[in-house]
Amino acid sequence: MVMPMASADHIVVENLTMKYGDFLIQKDLNFAIKRGDVFVIMGGSGCGKSTLLKHLIGLNSPAEGRVLYNGQSFWDSSMVEREALLRGMGILYQKGALWTSMTLAENVSMPIRQYTKTSEREIREIAEYKLALVGLAGFEDYFPSEISGGMQKRAGLARAMALDPEVLFFDEPSAGLDPVSSKLLDDLIIELNESTGATIVVVTHELPSIFAIAKSSVFLDPDTKTMIAFGPPKELLEKSNDPKVIEFLTRGERQERAA
Amino acid sequence: MGASFGVVAAANRTYSQGVMAFAVVVLPSAKSEISELRLVPAGAAGSQAPAVGFALVTEGAVSAQLKIDCSGLTDWDSGAVAWLFKLQKALLTTGRGFSVVGLPESARGLLELAGSVPERKGARRTSSSDPFLVRVGRSACELWEGFFSWCDFIGELVVALGRTLRGKARVPRRDIWLTIDECGPSALPIVTLISVLVGVILGFIGAQQLRQFGAEIYVANLVGIAMVREMGAIMAGIIMAGRTGAAFAAQLGTMQVNEEIDALKTFGFSPMEYLVVPRMIALIVMMPLLALYADVLGMLGGAIISSLALDISLERYVRQLATGVFLKDVVIGVAKSCVFGILIASAGCLCGMRCGRSASAVGLAVTSAVVSGIIAIVISDAFFAAICEALGV
Repeated sequence: MVMPMASADHIVVENLTMKYGDFLIQKDLNFAIKRGDVFVIMGGSGCGKSTLLKHLIGLNSPAEGRVLYNGQSFWDSSMVEREALLRGMGILYQKGALWTSMTLAENVSMPIRQYTKTSEREIREIAEYKLALVGLAGFEDYFPSEISGGMQKRAGLARAMALDPEVLFFDEPSAGLDPVSSKLLDDLIIELNESTGATIVVVTHELPSIFAIAKSSVFLDPDTKTMIAFGPPKELLEKSNDPKVIEFLTRGERQERAA
Repeated sequence: MGASFGVVAAANRTYSQGVMAFAVVVLPSAKSEISELRLVPAGAAGSQAPAVGFALVTEGAVSAQLKIDCSGLTDWDSGAVAWLFKLQKALLTTGRGFSVVGLPESARGLLELAGSVPERKGARRTSSSDPFLVRVGRSACELWEGFFSWCDFIGELVVALGRTLRGKARVPRRDIWLTIDECGPSALPIVTLISVLVGVILGFIGAQQLRQFGAEIYVANLVGIAMVREMGAIMAGIIMAGRTGAAFAAQLGTMQVNEEIDALKTFGFSPMEYLVVPRMIALIVMMPLLALYADVLGMLGGAIISSLALDISLERYVRQLATGVFLKDVVIGVAKSCVFGILIASAGCLCGMRCGRSASAVGLAVTSAVVSGIIAIVISDAFFAAICEALGV
């Protein structure tokens, strides 16, 4: 659901500093995510990838700096404007985060019922269609506790897509999935990006995923607590001179080239 | 080195960690320092428990270059390598050299691997106990922060309730009914049991005391007023704190752990309106009803004792109740139970919403929901007593 208007930059992070209390996570982050891109936030464990995601989706507020959506600063907006921005986002959480007291169909229906004036029958049809998109046709009336972790994740994706969002966020999509399911999810991400034109932001450290899906990326370093690389991962692999980036992108197997 | 040699001769304990036991022989040397240790299978002649190595290092009785001969070891396990690793660290920190000979290749590899990444500075947790005053200050600050967090929560709650009353909030009706069922009808059996027994106990104590004055009939007043003004609301409150307050904290805490609350927020649902308000409404509606129910059953308990122990007929008991218990007492009791309902629900929801992101955090949230719920009930009851006294009701 890409709006034909606006500049090429969909999400802009300006001067962002993230802290938990007094504990600095990352500082001086500056990058832009282009409309329709698949953008990967990568870095080693504990570097603040998921925290950055939480700042992008408005769960954590920045210690300094701004996050702009189509030029509009999320944290300087009013509650109503923020809610409108949130409506344009779909988020797939690390563990799916389905509402456990509802069936899969109800999980997908809830945002639709809330934000649109659609008849119950149509809502149900949309929910069935979204679940079918992620390969869960027939599981509409199952509760999240009755299906496997991989299926929960896919159901979470169906829910994230419920309102045809402009931007989809994925928090570690392949965590806890076997290689085949994880590949299928990558294919799904590419397919969604191509067919809906949605901007997709993925937090991951899985190299095969990164090279398969990313059109652009940012690399966060836990030691210097800031971003040390930005650009398409394949280009970074060829051109970067930073030993940390090369080590990460080659699983530490080509360190000598960095010197 | 006579002293050390003496130790060697005396000790024949073995150090057996894991499968293979090993022991240490301290070789006598001409100088006053030890320059060679030998690892042997446990039980070998002249062996001793390996703990001796560290004592020697820290006492400075080891030469600048210590040789450790492991060729006597026929087999090894983690116990031996762990001991060598610890000894190596002790030697290096005191600036001494260290050479191991005769260690099997596999064990040598593991020893090198263990030492290959130096300990990260500042990573080790030291159990430093702060001075008493620091700890007092810190817990006072935490208490203060907790109070602020509670104020925050109450503020958000009032806003959400206001929006609900104006019909602007999206409160799921189904959740209200589910919670009402959970904290109303499902709680009846235990409320029945507890309040009948409380009535019986009050009646029994009253009967014993009042019989001395020949005023047995006033058991009805005692039980009636005690139940209606105090015990009905308090007992229902404590039961609900343990039953429903705990359930609220556990439900919301688990949702927090599962990121379900994050998912609500990012879909633009206010967790306050979606999760807390229905629970508040359900408990505020049900608490007065439960308290009234407890009142009636408590008085029934008193009636049982009166007719069994005091020979007061049910009819006389009821007539006496009617003259002794006034509407204002009932109103006070019901008002209290409404307040208790608010306190229990907010304690449960607050603890659940502020829950950390681990399984043990959910346990903590439930515990503090029950404890703070009961404390809040007792404190507010004291306030009620003071207010009633001041108003003369």
